[in-house]
Amino acid sequence: MGEPGTKDPLSLEELEAATNMRTGRKHVLSILVENKSGVLTRIAGLFARRGFNIDTLTVGPTEDEQVSRVTLTVDGALHPIDQVTKQLHKLVNVLKIRDLEPIDTVARELALFKVSADGTQRGELMQIAEIFRGKVVDVTKRAIIIEITGTTDKIAAFESMVRPFGLIEMMRTGEIAISRGRSET
Amino acid sequence: MRAVDAVMECLKAEGVEVVFGLPGGANLPTYDAFVHGGIRHILVRHEAGGGHAAEGYAKATGKVGVAFATSGPGATNLLTPICDAMMDSVPVVFITGQVRTELLGTDGFQEADTIGITMPVVKHSFMIQHPTEIPRAIHEAFHIARSGRPGPVLVDIPMDLSRAEIEYEPVSDVHLPGYQPKLEGNQKQIRQAAKALASSQRPVIYAGGGVVNANASAELIDFATSDRFPVTCTLMGLGAFPAPHAQWLGMLGMHGTRAANYAMDEADLICAVGARFDDRITGKLSEFAPRAKFIHIDVDPAEISKNVPAHIPIVGDAKHVLAKLVVEYRAIGADPARLEAWWSRIEGWRAKYPLGYEDSSDAEIKPQYMIQALYEATGGEAIVTSDVGQHQMWTAQYYDFPAPRRWINSGGLGTMGFGLPAAMGAQVACPDQLVCCVAGDGSVQMNAQELATCAQNRIPIKVFIMNNGYLGMVRQWQELFWDGKYSHVDMGEFPDFVKLAEAYGVTGMRFTDKRTLVQDMRRAIATDGPVLVDVRVTREENTYPMIPAGHAAREMVG
Repeated sequence: MGEPGTKDPLSLEELEAATNMRTGRKHVLSILVENKSGVLTRIAGLFARRGFNIDTLTVGPTEDEQVSRVTLTVDGALHPIDQVTKQLHKLVNVLKIRDLEPIDTVARELALFKVSADGTQRGELMQIAEIFRGKVVDVTKRAIIIEITGTTDKIAAFESMVRPFGLIEMMRTGEIAISRGRSET
Repeated sequence: MRAVDAVMECLKAEGVEVVFGLPGGANLPTYDAFVHGGIRHILVRHEAGGGHAAEGYAKATGKVGVAFATSGPGATNLLTPICDAMMDSVPVVFITGQVRTELLGTDGFQEADTIGITMPVVKHSFMIQHPTEIPRAIHEAFHIARSGRPGPVLVDIPMDLSRAEIEYEPVSDVHLPGYQPKLEGNQKQIRQAAKALASSQRPVIYAGGGVVNANASAELIDFATSDRFPVTCTLMGLGAFPAPHAQWLGMLGMHGTRAANYAMDEADLICAVGARFDDRITGKLSEFAPRAKFIHIDVDPAEISKNVPAHIPIVGDAKHVLAKLVVEYRAIGADPARLEAWWSRIEGWRAKYPLGYEDSSDAEIKPQYMIQALYEATGGEAIVTSDVGQHQMWTAQYYDFPAPRRWINSGGLGTMGFGLPAAMGAQVACPDQLVCCVAGDGSVQMNAQELATCAQNRIPIKVFIMNNGYLGMVRQWQELFWDGKYSHVDMGEFPDFVKLAEAYGVTGMRFTDKRTLVQDMRRAIATDGPVLVDVRVTREENTYPMIPAGHAAREMVG
């Protein structure tokens, strides 16, 4: 940059505007918040009144009992992520926000599938579960419950596989995510 | 000591001089503490009046205003002032009583979820869950309210906790790891901004309320006059740059001057300082300042690139950033001659489109003239508050504010009924200054009850009602955009404001003659104590010029 007053010219034409309005992809925001009452309401209320949609949201404790982690996913095609994070930062109880880069992040979701399965179908379902590294956690005469963890895409793929068998119920936790390497998320 | 006595100690430690409030069941302990608390309390007639008075106090001084209310309806009556303070970034701490903790969530008598109801419109809030939290919460509330981008902070205290005995130890520090406003501004960005300004052929400085909040008027003047930068201010920024000044273009936006709006339209570089590109400024966003690059200086990072993408964003407080910017700019030694063509263009607009109106030839008082008369009668030196509507815009246009914190109005929320209680608060803050309120005949009725507060406490505000018997701005829009079909805007001649004033124990006057208006106003100002003046003005006069909502600056009418 040089010293004040250096006359390296600057052309107004070359100035570029902030372009972070829409990124077009899913963003995983990992938010550390003070573990105080009402914090989740503040976050949810902020999203509601600014018209931002939350795709998934999880909240849980961290290694520090005074701090909780909120992991939420937002569609960057619909919302300006930069504005979303800046608004979140204005909440006094929000300590830190990371917009996790997909390639540097390990993200997992847990899902439970209750699928109708009589004797003939049970074997095939169990095989599919095994391919997806799922676990059968309960079996009754007419249904089977499979637990599966993985990325959102993997769970969606599993869902499409078991749906034809008769999907009775599905529950998903929403993603949690952690950054790779030594650095803190 | 009791927690409520600790509240009084905290207020004193924060330098609070006065609290505006109204007692009720859930804050009885607090009011008991006022008896020997050593804090001045002004009993208002409605909590909204108390909230706006606290805002007026804060806007006149830059100090934190304080308003108290009880639970339930007391707290909900504060909602409008809280929201108003949020929209206009006014530092106010609101302390509300709450029902006993054992009743919380049971729909107890006068229970309202105050924290929940106010959450979208506070900068922050504290729900007290243990009496020992109270002192720290109060100090944190003041810190948050006044620092960074100022705003309202609410502390809700259940009644049983407020009477509990606690060990009070003065709190000397606040620890808020998630709240660290950045004031300094990035030096590299500031240098970039200085270079951009030096390269610019058609610059405009667009300054907002953030300059007033940061007490950065001197820095703004220094920066603007480091070259011949044209300056315009938003409604909230008026006074930040002295109105009678060669580089002053007038207010911009919907009812701004053509010179200001056309300059924005043709600018190649706009330096926004403490302003937020509100829709009343930009009009049609896609056609706003189409040729310009933007430097955006704001203490709130979320404002930068919210509505208009910035080319050079600078997060920082106007005072710090402008002081550094002027050093960088002077060091470049830009040639002021490059702005001559730009100034001759601006002078052309000024000459062709001065603010003006067709004055009456008889006794009839045109509303614009009323403001000019007030300017003359006060020597331009009064603190002026207003309500919301035509009278507000005419005051902004015709009262040339020479200094900041003289113009106190509700911009963002546009709260009718703001002016009178805000004047009351400003007068309490500045007892030796002349405080006038320009009110509408519609607006003034929304908080007229505070005249009783003014009378009882001898708060000598001078209220000038611009009385046209209409909800004037709505009438204007119905005339212009709804085929002239008037729907529920005619207020008639009710009430009789002189009698109303007298009923409240306030001097009432009525002025109807233009020819004696200035001296009549001087007489009202010279009268001891609060005065309410009914000024009868032209009934159907429109506020011009005007950018119709959703249109571009080029499409100004009137």
